[in-house]
Amino acid sequence: MRLFLHELRAQQTLFWRNREAAFFSFLFPILLLLLLGSAYGDTEIEGVRGATYLVVGLIGYGLAATAFASLAITLVVRREQGLLKRVRGTPLPPATYLAAVIASTVVVIALQVTAQVLIGRFVLDADLPEAVGSLAAAVALGAASFAALGLAVTGLVRSAEGSSAVVNAIYLPMAFLSGAFFSTDDMPQLLEWVAAVLPLTHLLDVIRDAYVGGESVSASAGAAAAVAAWGLAGLAVAVRMFRWEPREGMTGA
Amino acid sequence: MSAIAVSGLRKSYGSREVLHGLTFAVDVGEVFALLGPNGAGKTTTVEILEGYRRRDEGDVSVLGEDPGRAGRPFRARIGIVLQSSAVYPHLSVGELVALFAGYYPAPRSAHEVVELVGLREKRDARVRTLSGGQLRRLDLALALVGDPELVFLDEPTTGFDPAARRQAWETIRELRSLGKSILLTTHYMEEAQRLADRVAILRAGEIVGTGSPRELLSGHPSVEIRFRRNGSEVVIATEEPTRVLNELTAEALAAGTELEGLEVHRRTLEDVYLDLTREGAE
Repeated sequence: MRLFLHELRAQQTLFWRNREAAFFSFLFPILLLLLLGSAYGDTEIEGVRGATYLVVGLIGYGLAATAFASLAITLVVRREQGLLKRVRGTPLPPATYLAAVIASTVVVIALQVTAQVLIGRFVLDADLPEAVGSLAAAVALGAASFAALGLAVTGLVRSAEGSSAVVNAIYLPMAFLSGAFFSTDDMPQLLEWVAAVLPLTHLLDVIRDAYVGGESVSASAGAAAAVAAWGLAGLAVAVRMFRWEPREGMTGA
Repeated sequence: MSAIAVSGLRKSYGSREVLHGLTFAVDVGEVFALLGPNGAGKTTTVEILEGYRRRDEGDVSVLGEDPGRAGRPFRARIGIVLQSSAVYPHLSVGELVALFAGYYPAPRSAHEVVELVGLREKRDARVRTLSGGQLRRLDLALALVGDPELVFLDEPTTGFDPAARRQAWETIRELRSLGKSILLTTHYMEEAQRLADRVAILRAGEIVGTGSPRELLSGHPSVEIRFRRNGSEVVIATEEPTRVLNELTAEALAAGTELEGLEVHRRTLEDVYLDLTREGAE
C-alpha cells in the first residue's frame, strides 16, 4: 500500500506536468462541453435539455479520452522508451505499478466529471445528476473497462509514433457513433448496428439512466453487463499482449 | 563465493543460437568486464543475468539465486544500468532519484546518491533539460539508490567526453572500494584495462579469452615495433625490444638508410582484444 501511494503520487505529478497530455485528456473534453453546450445547449435532444444530454455525452467522451486513449498512448510511449523495462528491473511489483498508473487516471476522471457536472449546471444550465451514487458507480465501471481496453490496445501498437494514430482512430469514431456529441437517432441503419456493439454506447446508456433517470446501475443491468464484458475481453487480451520491453529496435545482441 | 556463476549458458533467437555455452564466474567485490564486438552476445548475456530474458540451457546463479525465477528480494539486491532507457522527463533529478529510492527496502539517501554521481547542481533541474552525459550519470544514480550488492553496467560511458569518462571511472572505483561486485560491458578497452580485475572476451557467442588484463597480455609478446621498408609495413612483436631495436638500427646505419615511420608500442588490452576477436572470424 505504501508503494502504491508512493507511485500514485508520482503518477499524478507526471500527469499534470505533462501539459499537452493533460490538455487533451483533461481539459479538452471540458472545453468541448462548453463549446457544444453554448451551440445547442438550449435545444432538446432525445427528450432532455441539450445541455444535460451533452454533460452525459462528454462525461463518456472524457472517460474514453483519459482511461482509454491517454492511458494507452502513455504506456506505449513509456514502453518504447524503455521506461517500463527500467521499472521492471526494480523491486516495485509490476501489478502495483500498473494499479497506480490506472488509479492516477481515475483521480483525473473524478475531477473531470465533477468539473463537467458543475460547469453543466452553472454555465450551461443543465440538470444536476438525479442519482449521484449511481453516476459514480457508472463512471467507475466505465473507467475500469476502458482502462482494460487501453492496456489491451498497447499490445497491438508497435511504435510510439503509431500509438496516437491507432488510438485516435479507435476512440474518436467510437465517440461519434455512440452519440457522445449528438443524437444518433437519424443515423443510417448500418452505423446504428455498429453503434449497438460499441462499449461507449452502452456506458452512455448507464450514465444517462443514472444522471437523467435517477436509476440505480442495476436498473440498466443489460447495458452495464455489455460494458463489463468489453472490460473483461480487454483484460483477457491485455494479460496476453501487454509487454514491458520495447517492441521496436529489439536486437539479437 | 561467486557473485555470478554461469555455466554452459545457451540462448537462441528462433533458429539462430547467439550464446554457445558460456562459462564464467564473477567474484564478490570484483569488477568484471565483458568485452566483445557488437552482436557478440554481451547484452543478451547481461539481460539473462538481470532476469530480463530466459536462457535456453545452462546454469546461472546471481547472488545465489536463479535470475529467471527470482522475485522482488533479488531485484532489491541488484542495480541495473541498461544500455538505453529513458526516464520521466517531467520530474526533477532529485524527485526521480527519490521516487526510485522508494521502491527499495533499504535505499541509500537520494541526496547522497545524486552527489556521488556528480549531479548536485542539477538536483532541481527537470530531467528533460539534462545533457546526454548527465542522463547517463542519472542512470547510474538510479541503479545505485537501492544500495545494491551487485551492479550491472551495460556500456555505461558510451557517448561520454574524456573528462566525463574519467569521472565515471572514479565513481566505479568508489563502488568497488565499497565492496560492490560489478559486471561491466564496454567497447572501450582502456576502460576495461583500467577498471576491471578480470575480463572475458566474447566473440560470436563464445568466450575466446578470459583472465585479468595482465594475464591476457602475458601470453603475447609485450612490445610491437613497426616501420616501413621499401614502402611496405614491417611489424615485429617481441619480448626483447632492446636487442631487436639495436639490430635494426645497426643494420640501417650500416646501409645508410632510415627506419621510416619507426614506432615502438607497448601492447595493450586492445591489441589482444583485436587479435582474439579477429582470429577465425574471417
